[in-house]
Amino acid sequence: MQCGFTMLRPVYLALLLAASAMPAHTAEIAPAERRSGYEMMSRETRAMQDDDAANPAMLWVLDGEVLWNKKMGAAGLACADCHGDARASMKGVAARYPAFDAARARPVDLEQRINTCRTEKQEAPPLAFESRDLLALTAYIGRQSRGMPIRIEADARMSPFIEAGREMYNRRQGQLNLACAQCHDDNWGKRLAGNVIPQAHPTGYPLYRLEWQNLGSLQRRLRNCLVGIRAEPYDYGANEFVDLELFLMWRARGMTIETPAVRP
Amino acid sequence: MTRAIVSLPATARRGDIIEIKAIAAHAMETGFRHTQLGVPIPRDIITGFACTYNGEEIFRAVFYPAIAANPYLTFSTVATESGTIACSWSGDNGYSVTESAAITVA
Repeated sequence: MQCGFTMLRPVYLALLLAASAMPAHTAEIAPAERRSGYEMMSRETRAMQDDDAANPAMLWVLDGEVLWNKKMGAAGLACADCHGDARASMKGVAARYPAFDAARARPVDLEQRINTCRTEKQEAPPLAFESRDLLALTAYIGRQSRGMPIRIEADARMSPFIEAGREMYNRRQGQLNLACAQCHDDNWGKRLAGNVIPQAHPTGYPLYRLEWQNLGSLQRRLRNCLVGIRAEPYDYGANEFVDLELFLMWRARGMTIETPAVRP
Repeated sequence: MTRAIVSLPATARRGDIIEIKAIAAHAMETGFRHTQLGVPIPRDIITGFACTYNGEEIFRAVFYPAIAANPYLTFSTVATESGTIACSWSGDNGYSVTESAAITVA
């Protein structure tokens, strides 16, 4: 017995080494097979998202409308003073974020763009990530793109950042040594404990998650996944997060914006 | 910000059963939780809800800590006359919000 076990050991080792050296499987989901997490929800949760009178996220959208018209900061400017009626000026905007910001020479997400306006135009302190006001403004702006297709410009300036996001998506990390792709490309539709694994298309952010009992941003969701694979999450607003957001939006290009969505 | 949404059909025929939907923004902090340092987080919930139809009460509810955040209620009534349906929520720490919607009954 002892002898047999010792003989087997190098084989085990070789297998283990081979497994850990293997790159994560990177079979991308074909465009025709892409599905929003909406389609994997229960009928009741879909009904909650579809009815503005039942969708709790509409509470934030209404708050966002008030904030849009409220004068703020040392400059005493409201968003509406520059951008006018959000229903017209913000139509389709959320569908093309993260977008390239020339001043930072890199893409910024919608939350960062709102805070740029606050600090530079309104001369007000930036809003904290996941604060009620920032979620409300993002939800209100996002709402104006509901039903529109996601359009991410994959030009020469943006493609290095999309590639950085793709690299992160396919990289094994954390104590569980898992890549995003292993769940969301290779095993979508199956169950992880009681929950269906979605394809990870960020079509409805910020969204109301029943588990959170709150509205949350895409970065909050990404933190959840990173903690789940026991990796150290990045700080809110980190470049790595924005690159990953950008890759996910590019991956979902052409899919319909549902903001503000509801998820279980 | 206290925020609530009441929705119901804008018009109905006399005798129709209409559905009223009411949702209020509230964290519904149970009072059973503690901070990471062990300090209890005090209870802060909605305790009462009432709905009136032209001043007459048609629905009442009492809320307890086990009710989820941003509670959503639906109930029905019979459309009798044109007027206002008003919903009011009250709760801990002086929480109070009233939201109403008009209905035209033909």
